[in-house]
Amino acid sequence: MFDFSFAASIFPQLAVAAITTVFVTIASFLFALVAGIPLLLLRRSRWQIVSQTTTAVVDFIRCTPILVQLYFLYFAMPEFGVRLSPLATGLLVFSVHYGCYMSEVYRAGLEAVPRGQWDACVALSLPRVETYRSIVLPQMIYPIIPAAGNYFVHLFKETPLLASISVVEMMFVSAEIGADRFRYLEPITLCGLLFLIMSIAAAGLIRTAEFFYGRHWRRAW
Amino acid sequence: MIPQPFIAFSTVSKRFGARVVLKALDLEIPRGQKLAIVGPSGSGKSTLLRILMTLESVEAGSVRVDDQYLWRGGREQTTKATDATTAAIRRRIGMVFQQFNLFPHMTALQNVSAAPIKVLGKSKDEALAQARNLLARVGLSDKVDAYPAFLSGGQQQRVAIARALAMNPEILLLDEVTSALDPELVGEVLNVIRMLAAKGDLTILMVTHQMGFAREFADRVCFIDSGEVVEDAPPARFFDAPTQRRTQDFLRTIISA
Repeated sequence: MFDFSFAASIFPQLAVAAITTVFVTIASFLFALVAGIPLLLLRRSRWQIVSQTTTAVVDFIRCTPILVQLYFLYFAMPEFGVRLSPLATGLLVFSVHYGCYMSEVYRAGLEAVPRGQWDACVALSLPRVETYRSIVLPQMIYPIIPAAGNYFVHLFKETPLLASISVVEMMFVSAEIGADRFRYLEPITLCGLLFLIMSIAAAGLIRTAEFFYGRHWRRAW
Repeated sequence: MIPQPFIAFSTVSKRFGARVVLKALDLEIPRGQKLAIVGPSGSGKSTLLRILMTLESVEAGSVRVDDQYLWRGGREQTTKATDATTAAIRRRIGMVFQQFNLFPHMTALQNVSAAPIKVLGKSKDEALAQARNLLARVGLSDKVDAYPAFLSGGQQQRVAIARALAMNPEILLLDEVTSALDPELVGEVLNVIRMLAAKGDLTILMVTHQMGFAREFADRVCFIDSGEVVEDAPPARFFDAPTQRRTQDFLRTIISA
C-alpha cells in the first residue's frame, strides 16, 4: 500500500521539479499574453492578405495538438538543422500555442467594449494609441480575466506533455522515480496532488483578481 | 460680400448598405446659431451630426466647417479631407450622445479632464481646476469623485456635457441627449442646455424629440424626413404655421402621442 516514508523521501526531488513546471507555466503564459497582442493586431489589419494569413496560421496552431507540435519541433526540426534544448522547445511551443488562444480572448474583450466608447474618444479627439491605452484597455481587462485565467490553469496542467521531450519537470521526475524504484503509486500520486494544490491556488488568485479589478467603478450588482 | 455660412452641407448623400439615409441634403448653419433638428426616428438626423463629428463617411456631396472641407465633391462623388484636416475639424466640435458614453473607469472629474490633459496638453492642475469649474456649472460639485455607474442618468448626461465643453468647442452637437432619461430627469439636463444657449458664440445643433424645448431654445427648427430637409423655419413659424404636409402630419402625431 501507500508508503508514506517513501513518499517523504522522494518529495524533495518532486519539489525541485515543480520549480521547472511553475517556471515553464508562468514564463510561457507571460509570453503568450504578449504574443496575443501583435497576433490580434495582425488579424485586425486592414490589408486582407495580412489578416487572412494570420487567421490561417492561428487556426493551424490552435487545431494541432501540442504534443504533435512538441515532437515536430524537437524530433523533426533537427533534420532541417534547427536544434533547440528541451526547455526552449517547450517554452516556444506553449508560448505560441497559448498566444493564439490569447489573441482570441483579446478579440472577445475588445468586442465587449461598447461602440459608444470609441465614438466618445473620436469626439474628444483622443489619438488612436491613447484611446486603446487609457480607454479601451482598462475596460477590456475585466471581462477577459476568467477566460485568460482558465487558459493559465489549462496551460499549467498541460506541462506534463513536456516529459515526452525530456524536460525535467514534475511528470518526468515522477515517471523516472517509478521506473527506477518499481513504484509508481507514490510519485504519481504526489505529482497529481501537487498539480491539484497549485491549480486550486491559481484559480483562487484569478477569482481574487476578478473581484478586485475595477471594484471601485463597476456597479455593485 | 455675403458672409459664408459657418457650416455647410451641400448635396450630401449617405447610404447604409441598401438603405438611403441622406438624399442630396443641403443645410447651411451660420455661426452662433442654435438649430433644433426634429424628425421621425430613422430619418437621418443623428447621421447628420455623426457625419459632422467625423464618425461617419458620406457617399457624395460636400461638408464644410468654416474654411475647411471635411468632404468635397458634387452630387455623384466626394473626396475625404486629409487626416490632418479631419483632425483639425474634429477639434472644433464637441458632441454629447444619447447614451452618455462616459468612461466607466474614470470619475466624473477624470472624465472631464482626460482629453484636455491628453489632447490639449494642459497641466494636470489646470485641467482639474477647469473640470471642477465645469462640473460646478452643471450643478455637480458634490459628484466630482463619483464613478458613472453611481450617478443617475441625468447626472451622467451633465458630466458628458461638461466633458464636451472642456475641449472648448466652437460647435456643440447634442444627439437626443434626453431620450435615454427617465422623464423626471429630463429637466435638469435641459436646464444646462438653456444655460449653454445663453452663450451666444457657441453654435449648437440639437437633434431632439422635445418639441416644447426646441421651440423655446432654438433660433431655427429643421424637420428632416427620409433624408431630406422638409421644413426649415424659425420656431414660431415652424410650430404654428408649417407649410409642408409632412411637417403638419409629424407635428400632429407628436402632439397626439
